[in-house]
Amino acid sequence: MIEERFDAIVVGAGPAGNACALTLAQRGLKVLQLERGEYPGSKNVQGAILYSDALEQLIPDFREDAPLERHIIEQRLWMMDDRSTTAMQYRSDDFNEEKPNRYTIIRAQFDKWFSKRVQAAGALVICETTVTELVQDDTGRVIGVRTDRVGGFIKADVVVLAEGVNGLLGARAGLREVPAPKTVALAVKEMHFLPQETIEARFNLKGDEGVVIEAAGTITKGMTGTAFIYTNKESLAVGIGCLISDFAETGETPYGLLERFKAHPSAVPLLSGSEVKEYAAHMIPEGGYRAIPKLFGDGWLVVGDAGQFVNAVHREGSNLAMTTGRIAAETIAQIKTRRDPMTAENLAIYKKKLDESFVMKDLKKYKNLPHALENKHLFTTYPQLLSSAMQTWFRVDGVEKKAKENAIVKSFFSARRFTGLVSDAFSMARGWR
Amino acid sequence: MAIAEQAVRVEDKLYQNRYLVDTGRPHIKVMPHEVPSAALLALTKVCPAGCYALNDSGQVEITPDGCMECGTCRVMAEATGDIEWNYPRGGFGVLFKFG
Repeated sequence: MIEERFDAIVVGAGPAGNACALTLAQRGLKVLQLERGEYPGSKNVQGAILYSDALEQLIPDFREDAPLERHIIEQRLWMMDDRSTTAMQYRSDDFNEEKPNRYTIIRAQFDKWFSKRVQAAGALVICETTVTELVQDDTGRVIGVRTDRVGGFIKADVVVLAEGVNGLLGARAGLREVPAPKTVALAVKEMHFLPQETIEARFNLKGDEGVVIEAAGTITKGMTGTAFIYTNKESLAVGIGCLISDFAETGETPYGLLERFKAHPSAVPLLSGSEVKEYAAHMIPEGGYRAIPKLFGDGWLVVGDAGQFVNAVHREGSNLAMTTGRIAAETIAQIKTRRDPMTAENLAIYKKKLDESFVMKDLKKYKNLPHALENKHLFTTYPQLLSSAMQTWFRVDGVEKKAKENAIVKSFFSARRFTGLVSDAFSMARGWR
Repeated sequence: MAIAEQAVRVEDKLYQNRYLVDTGRPHIKVMPHEVPSAALLALTKVCPAGCYALNDSGQVEITPDGCMECGTCRVMAEATGDIEWNYPRGGFGVLFKFG
C-alpha cells in the first residue's frame, strides 16, 4: 500500500492522462498515474493520426525523438458502392513543411514514449495496476482510489479520470452513465505489413510522406460508420467501425465487415501481399456534444474519451484528449496555487475553460450531426446514386449528353423523391451549421 | 453485384495477438439464464473477438480468453443485467504490440 498522499491521481496513461500528468508534474504537483497495462500504450488502440498542435503545446520539441511514422501530405475521401469508388483527393506539397501538421503513429510505441516524458517531468507512473474503485467520503467527495494491488486506498486531493471510452470507475461511482449503444462506435483494425518501398510505390510517396484514406458507403451495409486505410512506415492500418446500436440491430460481425472492406476492388491492390500482425478492437465516442457527461465534481474531473471528447466529423480525438487533459491540469494547478480545496465549485473553472476552447466550440457546432448521420440513405442510396451518375457521365456510348444529364437527375428523384432529397439536405445542413 | 462474402474465422485473427490470460479468473461473466436475451444473442455476432457463443442447450456462454477489452458487450448488456464486466487484473489480458 502507498501511504503517501498525492496532490492528484491520474487514472490511465493514454493521451489525455499523459497530457494531464505531464502538465501537473511540470507545475510541481505531486502526481501518481496508474495504468493497467504492462506499459503505457499496451492497452491503447487508435487508427492512428497524431495532430501536432495539441502535442506541441505540451512538448514543443516532440519531433526530436517521438516515434512518428509518416507526416500526412494527402487525404483521400472515398464514397464507395460495392464495385466503385468516387474519391476526393487533396494532396499538397505545403504539407512537406519543417514542422508537419499531422502524422501517422503507432500507439503502443507513441504512448510509451509520451509516458517517458511524463516520468522525466517528475510524475510517479505505476503500471500493471487496475484501479477498481473511486473512494468517496460521506458527502460523496472523491478522496482517493482503490486498486487491485494488496492494501488500502491511495489518497489524493483530486482524481482525474482519464480511463478512456470504456471507463468503469466514473459510471460505477454514479458520476456518469455508461455510454448508450447509439453514441459509441465499435471499430476493428488490422496492421498490415509491407516493405517500405512497396508502400511508397503504391501510394505515390517518397521519404516519410504519408496518405490517409477515409471511406464511407455501402461497405458498412447501411450502418452508420466509416472505414480507413492509414500509411505507416512499413505497415498499413486498415479498419472499419459502425455504431454499436447498428451492429446490434443488423447482426453483422465486425470482422466480416472488415474482410468485406479489404476485398473491395479499390482496397485489394493497396493491401495485396501484406502480412497481418495484429487485430484490434476499440470503441469510439460518436455522440458528440449532446453525449458529454458531467465533467467535474467534488474531488474529480473527467478528460479525454471518458468525457466523450471526439469530433466524429473531423476524426479528431487524441488532440481533444490531450487538450482536455492539459486544461484539467492547468485548472488543478491554479486551484492548488491558491491553496483552495478541490471542490466542484472550484473545479468548475475546467468546464468554463473548455467552453472557451476549440474543444467545446467544435463539438457544439456539430451537435445535431450524429442525428443527421442516422439517415441510412447516406450509406446506401447516395453512394449508389453517385456511382451510377459518375458512370453514366464517364462512359462514352453514343448517348447524347443532355439525355445523360436527365437520366442522372431522374435517378436521384426516383430514389428519394423531392421531399426526401430536401429533407436529407436540410438535416445535413442543420447538422453541419 | 455484391462483393463475394467470405467465411471469416475470427480465431485466425486473434492468433496474431498477444495475451496474458488470468487463468481461472474470467473478467466478464454471463449471468445464469434459461433463455438468452436479445442483447446476449446479438453479442454472439457483435463481439469482435467472438467470445460469446450459444451452447448445445441454448444458453449464451462466454470464453473471454481472446477478449480485446473494447467494452462493446458492456455497453450492450451490462445495464440489462445480462453480464458482469470488470477489467482484468493489472498486467493481464490483451497486450497490444501496435494498438
